[in-house]
Amino acid sequence: MKFIIAIIKPFKLDDVREALTGVGVTGMTVTEVKGFGRQKGQTEVYRGAEYTTNMVPKLKIEVACSSAVAAQAVEAIQTAAGTESIGDGKIFTLGLEDAVRIRTGETGDTAI
Amino acid sequence: MKKFLTISAGLAMMATAAPALAQEVAEVADPSANTAYILNTLLFLLGGFLVMWMAAGFAMLEAGLVRSKNVSMQCLKNIGLYSIAGIMFWFIGYSIAYPGFEGGYFGIADFPYAMQGVGEADVDTGYSVASDWFFQMVFCATTASIVSGTVAERVKVIPFFIFVFVLTGFIYPVIVSWEWGAGWLDAMGFSDFAGSTLVHSTGGWAALAGALIIGPRLGRYVNGKVTVMPGSSIPLATLGTFILWLGWFGFNGASQLAMGTISDISDVSKIFVNTNMAAAGGVVVAIILTQLLYKKIDVTMALNGALAGLVSITAEPLTPSVPQALLIGGIGGAIVVFAVPMLDKLKIDDVVGAIPVHLLAGIWGTLIVPFSNTEVPFTAQLTGVVATGVFVMVMSSIVWFALKYTIGVRPTEEQEMLGMDIAEVGVEAYPEFAKG
Repeated sequence: MKFIIAIIKPFKLDDVREALTGVGVTGMTVTEVKGFGRQKGQTEVYRGAEYTTNMVPKLKIEVACSSAVAAQAVEAIQTAAGTESIGDGKIFTLGLEDAVRIRTGETGDTAI
Repeated sequence: MKKFLTISAGLAMMATAAPALAQEVAEVADPSANTAYILNTLLFLLGGFLVMWMAAGFAMLEAGLVRSKNVSMQCLKNIGLYSIAGIMFWFIGYSIAYPGFEGGYFGIADFPYAMQGVGEADVDTGYSVASDWFFQMVFCATTASIVSGTVAERVKVIPFFIFVFVLTGFIYPVIVSWEWGAGWLDAMGFSDFAGSTLVHSTGGWAALAGALIIGPRLGRYVNGKVTVMPGSSIPLATLGTFILWLGWFGFNGASQLAMGTISDISDVSKIFVNTNMAAAGGVVVAIILTQLLYKKIDVTMALNGALAGLVSITAEPLTPSVPQALLIGGIGGAIVVFAVPMLDKLKIDDVVGAIPVHLLAGIWGTLIVPFSNTEVPFTAQLTGVVATGVFVMVMSSIVWFALKYTIGVRPTEEQEMLGMDIAEVGVEAYPEFAKG
């Protein structure tokens, strides 16, 4: 099993969700996050005082899936979240030891 | 809002009326005097509840411009100060504001204010004295509202309430007595129709004294740089501004103090128009200037621009033409755009911009009165501005310093970082996270 963490632009969420369900992913968790990477923040003015927004708002998506669909899922996210401009985000894939469905106690692939 | 003008107008209307006794009200011979009494009173009541609603406007504006960890505290301060102002103005404030002197500096009538009894009516005045008291009281509360926004996020609630206690029971009433109470400023020809100086600058000076003595919020000015602390809710700040704008029709319009005649109600109408146009001018100028200066339009400056326009026209909302009202309000808007960053340079932390809006635009509005009303001497206007500034600054500073060196005005560093909602109120404004 694999655990995929993707950082994407917030407005790409619907596209990413659609792409993931298209390759058979059945669930995901989304969190509002802020951070920085190569895309530096920008300078804004509030009531006459300049300030730099050095943390850019993003969405963090977490997906657990079977190893068989992991490659497709990553590709789906990359295609759906891409705008070909700086700040599109990153995708990280981790190995996943186990999963448990709380209601039934099922484990492993059947739990996700 | 000069009471004596109205009283004489009322007397003229009542020329044929019976003596002022409750039992005889129904027997007033001249039906037009009855009508005038009712309409004058109605104006006070309508204006009074519009100005009362400005307390909600201040509360929402301030709730929107503070950080989310201090929103409950700001709401508490606003409903508390409004109530304290009402009690103090009844207990002693009104009696100091209208001591019944002519040309004096300080006087005091019997207190607490003897409200009219059931069925009573003082026909000689031309309006119900209770309606007048109510209308005057909400102005007093407005003065206190101005202070809470400037010193937000860093003053403990009890010392703040004690300051409001003194401001509404003594400082503001003394200033009012000098002009609307027929004191020495009135005698020298000073003119302040609805209170650019008496209400707004008084509140602004008290806020400035507070900001200087309390100091800026923690981390606000570090190494010569301003740390921006954005407000928590622009929609609330916008709603607050619109509520204030609405309330201002009562503030300025009802300060005509009479609508028992065709000319009075016509003047009230013209005041409505000028009040609206000055606010519009303030907004448009703030929008244009922030676009030119910063390449983006700052919505909070546009909101402040509306209020600065309103404050600017308050000293004389009747005599200006529409273009004059636009100009007076527009310059008010410009004052805000330039004064907000200037205060930051001076390390005076004014959370909501009340000092530019109420103090500086109030001074501007007062000094520009002779521009549209040539009967008013400029020297009297200048004297009124300076005298108000000196008296309010000195008195406010004494109170703030006394609080600072006795019970203390600031929360601990840890409390301030945690936020006043948790530290002092115990109720978070937005508590939903992880609580379902």
